[in-house]
Amino acid sequence: MTSSTHISVKDIGVHFTLGRRLIGKPPVLRAVDGVSLDIPKGCFFGLVGESGSGKTTLGRAMLKAVPITTGHIKYDDGDVQYDIATIGKDELKDYRSRAQLIFQDPYAALSPRMTVRDIIAEPLEVMGITKTREETDNRVREIAAKCRLNLEHLRRFPHAFSGGQRQRISIARALVCEPKFIVADESVAALDVSIQADILNLLKQLQQDMDITFLFISHDLSVVAHTCDHVAVMYLGRLVETAPTRSLFNAPRHPYTKALLSAIPSLDPDDAGRAQRLSGEIPSPANPPDGCRFHTRCPHAREKCKIDVPKWRQMADEHFVSCHYAEELAEASEPVPAG
Amino acid sequence: MTKPLMSVKDLTIQFRTDEGIITTVNEISFDIAPGEVLGLVGESGSGKSVSAKALMRLNAGNAIYGPKSSIVLNLDDGPVDVLALRREKDMQVVRGGAVSMIFQEPMASFAPAISIGDQMVEQLLVHTNMSKKEAREHSIDMLARVGISEPSKRIDQYAFEFSGGMRQRAMIAMALSTSPKLLIADEPTTALDVTIQAQVIDLMKELVDEYGMGILFITHDLGVIAQTADRVAVMYLGNVIETGEVRDVIRHPSHPYTKGLLNAIPHLHDLDRPLTPVPGDIPSPLERPTGCVFHTRCAYAIPGKCDREIPSPNTMSPGHTSACFVAKEIHNNEAEAVA
Ligand SMILES: Nc1ncnc2c1ncn2[C@@H]1O[C@H](COP(=O)(O)OP(=O)(O)OP(=O)(O)O)[C@@H](O)[C@H]1O
Ligand SMILES: Nc1ncnc2c1ncn2[C@@H]1O[C@H](COP(=O)(O)OP(=O)(O)OP(=O)(O)O)[C@@H](O)[C@H]1O
Ligand code: SF4
Ligand SMILES: [Mg+2]
Ligand SMILES: [Mg+2]
Repeated sequence: MTSSTHISVKDIGVHFTLGRRLIGKPPVLRAVDGVSLDIPKGCFFGLVGESGSGKTTLGRAMLKAVPITTGHIKYDDGDVQYDIATIGKDELKDYRSRAQLIFQDPYAALSPRMTVRDIIAEPLEVMGITKTREETDNRVREIAAKCRLNLEHLRRFPHAFSGGQRQRISIARALVCEPKFIVADESVAALDVSIQADILNLLKQLQQDMDITFLFISHDLSVVAHTCDHVAVMYLGRLVETAPTRSLFNAPRHPYTKALLSAIPSLDPDDAGRAQRLSGEIPSPANPPDGCRFHTRCPHAREKCKIDVPKWRQMADEHFVSCHYAEELAEASEPVPAG
Repeated sequence: MTKPLMSVKDLTIQFRTDEGIITTVNEISFDIAPGEVLGLVGESGSGKSVSAKALMRLNAGNAIYGPKSSIVLNLDDGPVDVLALRREKDMQVVRGGAVSMIFQEPMASFAPAISIGDQMVEQLLVHTNMSKKEAREHSIDMLARVGISEPSKRIDQYAFEFSGGMRQRAMIAMALSTSPKLLIADEPTTALDVTIQAQVIDLMKELVDEYGMGILFITHDLGVIAQTADRVAVMYLGNVIETGEVRDVIRHPSHPYTKGLLNAIPHLHDLDRPLTPVPGDIPSPLERPTGCVFHTRCAYAIPGKCDREIPSPNTMSPGHTSACFVAKEIHNNEAEAVA
């Protein structure tokens, strides 16, 4: 991609203090621990990784929805430039209309006492984007139709909807004020594969039509492979690999990425054997292992991995990885399993 | 022939709403044998979760069960007529006793102000003879088995301090801790990365083998179904439109909707293929189509027939049925799409 950088994350850390019931210095959980990445304008940027590795927290940091402990996030959409880590109050108000979140958990995200129409309209009204009720209603109906919601549902309350329907309500709400940057956190996870395909095509269409930049957080690697231009893989608060999508899926370099790819459940009921099971202890983010953070589960770990933190190295065009033995493992690499 | 553990017959579920009575589940029937895993897939909003909740009598107060509906749970000391249960006390048996559920909405199933551990212990005190100390030890053990690191520390935390995937694993641990006879798992692995998903699925299979637990497994991930379920039922708009052994249904889908669903799955080995949703709009629940519920979106629909007559299940092979007029042709790959 040749276009300019929209969001540049530099050495971001988000630390939570785990206080209660302990005497002395409270332990600190580094949910995101020194992450750097650049997202080009108009890019569909995928973020995958272990559950609990800090994907949601990183996404929320980019929206200034969690306190940022260290580092900087430069935002530049051509109109405005901000450092999200130190952004002021007035600028933040403007930033909120440019950057939106589609939540991971649609059940928790939607207020039970508001109708679907009001939920979708809220960002427009709060930010004063529309002037009349009629104008608001038109915008709401337009986006609701785009998100495949039944218009007669707009008067209902969210409790009466299925998981997938609620997810589409969240998407409509995030899109209604025509943002420039969207963090989509597991936004299609609760949908059946048909509606999922439909929504993904919709998001891709919007990305192209409206030149929106997406941070797309997902556990579904096939979905990421089909929609994203570039992918980053996280493990325990850090990035372990980033690459253009094809490069990542055709030639994964990090043992964790490889394990992820081999653990995708096959559609063939008689093909259970190929999945490479990871064994070893899943470490706690409050107490990460020394050396390479993956070494407790890595099938290729050696002595060096327990002591030295692997450097962030370039392996191919735009393909970066942090593993001591990435070159060696790349040569021994097998092709991607059939999905 | 052994008696099924759970037998559902002609289950109809309607909801009273402001817009009138809507039918969300329409005369569905299925059995689950001890030690059997029944997969339930289908369109988002097709009634999977409300069917599952009916087995535990957990639907909202505006739910109406059809007069012919019957749900029977066969336990060692006799059958339980689930829909006839009236008192809260009697319902305990299907709410954490013999039947346990992993909910689709992990945030909603933990009370926010009570620690994860206190909720797990409470549940064990209600449903087992364990002492408080035993219950806590057992809970820690279960958390470890679902891959939560440092469980003896994490057990005293609150749900909001867990990531989405950790919450889901904690919920799985809680549901499995009472060793239920029947586990209802509603999207239990959606929020997990595939390496941990594989571990959780292994654990569930172990419990099936160890205790002969039956599982109703609801998911949108057909790969997960292929790897875990013995049989599968496919739902569309409140109807079970196809059911059979997993191999039969995945290899020889015999209903146009099932075919469309399988066709919409993104594949890792073919990234150039566009994502293909089932065409057409989802009908409003207030206006259920006449005739075959799928005819408004079906490429094989026969005008004058499919929009008027209701197809009954056609047997393709033992245990494999499809409710479609051209099921045989589709099964044998001889059908031609009309539209
Ligand atoms: N408010 C908080 N207080 C304390 N710890 C937190 C808080 N929010 C998140 N964490 C911790 O930070 C870590 C990262 O969480 P995060 O939700 O970002 O993970 P994730 O990668 O999105 O995981 P998942 O795939 O399961 O959603 C986890 O260990 C989580 O328990
Ligand atoms: N309390 C309620 N009042 C009115 N309608 C309801 C209520 N609960 C559920 N419904 C409706 O019942 C239908 C089936 O919902 P259900 O949650 O079972 O879908 P699902 O198959 O589980 O979908 P998903 O895959 O999206 O979770 C939906 O159309 C929903 O709007
Ligand atoms: S650095 Fe070592 S432990 Fe880490 S992933 Fe590479 S081989 Fe495994
Ligand atoms: Mg998350
Ligand atoms: Mg559901």
